[in-house]
Amino acid sequence: MTVAELKELLGARVLNEGVDLSREVGSAYVCDLLSWVMAKGAPGTAWVTVMNHLNVIAVATLLDMSCVIIPENIEVKPETLEKAAEEEIPVLSTGKTAFEIAGLMHSKGLGDPVK
Amino acid sequence: MPLIAEVFPVEKDDFVTAGEASAKIKRTLKKLGVDSALLRRISVCSYEVELNLVIHSLGGTIDFQVTQDSVMLLVKDRGPGIANLELAMREGWSTAPESVRMMGFGAGMGLPNMKRNADEFDIKSEAGVGTEILMKFRLK
Repeated sequence: MTVAELKELLGARVLNEGVDLSREVGSAYVCDLLSWVMAKGAPGTAWVTVMNHLNVIAVATLLDMSCVIIPENIEVKPETLEKAAEEEIPVLSTGKTAFEIAGLMHSKGLGDPVK
Repeated sequence: MPLIAEVFPVEKDDFVTAGEASAKIKRTLKKLGVDSALLRRISVCSYEVELNLVIHSLGGTIDFQVTQDSVMLLVKDRGPGIANLELAMREGWSTAPESVRMMGFGAGMGLPNMKRNADEFDIKSEAGVGTEILMKFRLK
């Protein structure tokens, strides 16, 4: 599934419009502890987090993730979106909870990150 | 002689630029053609150590060197040093303040993540003086 298809699945919006959504999503992960995500994430992972600051983009970039998904319409800081645009990391936003997002992704066969 | 040698200063509490040294290191290594699995391990280590400097130190430097067969990160800070190194190396143990935990840091995974991902990991610390971490990665 591509990021564009994932966006449709979740009924999400792209917060940094213009970013490339053709990347393949390889796996999914839900966590808000950045070091934990550093330890577990992988290239292509779609990462669901309530964190909205700059360092989220740093982690996503360093792990070469496919996108970041922000649940429950949490507001994302403008500087975070600027950084995301610069690093070409799509930031998706939806009103759904992390639990619902995870359920939808799991139902479509997305699994845990494999390093 | 190293092929590449660069020193990145990292300042205490600077969460805005935190991660930039790691991003530069990653870009440099990617250009050199370092394979993605190794690149990931080096990125985890550089990011964790960079954030440790921001969160826990009084400021310091990351000395990044690439030779024909290895990548080295030598990290030195200006203090305050780690009181109990054995505890600091334990997964889940952290001295990060509440404000930092609210940002998703302070999981107590930083040093263990570094040790797990580096081919060689060495840490020296003296309370009241400072901490020095050396990490090496083999290039095939």
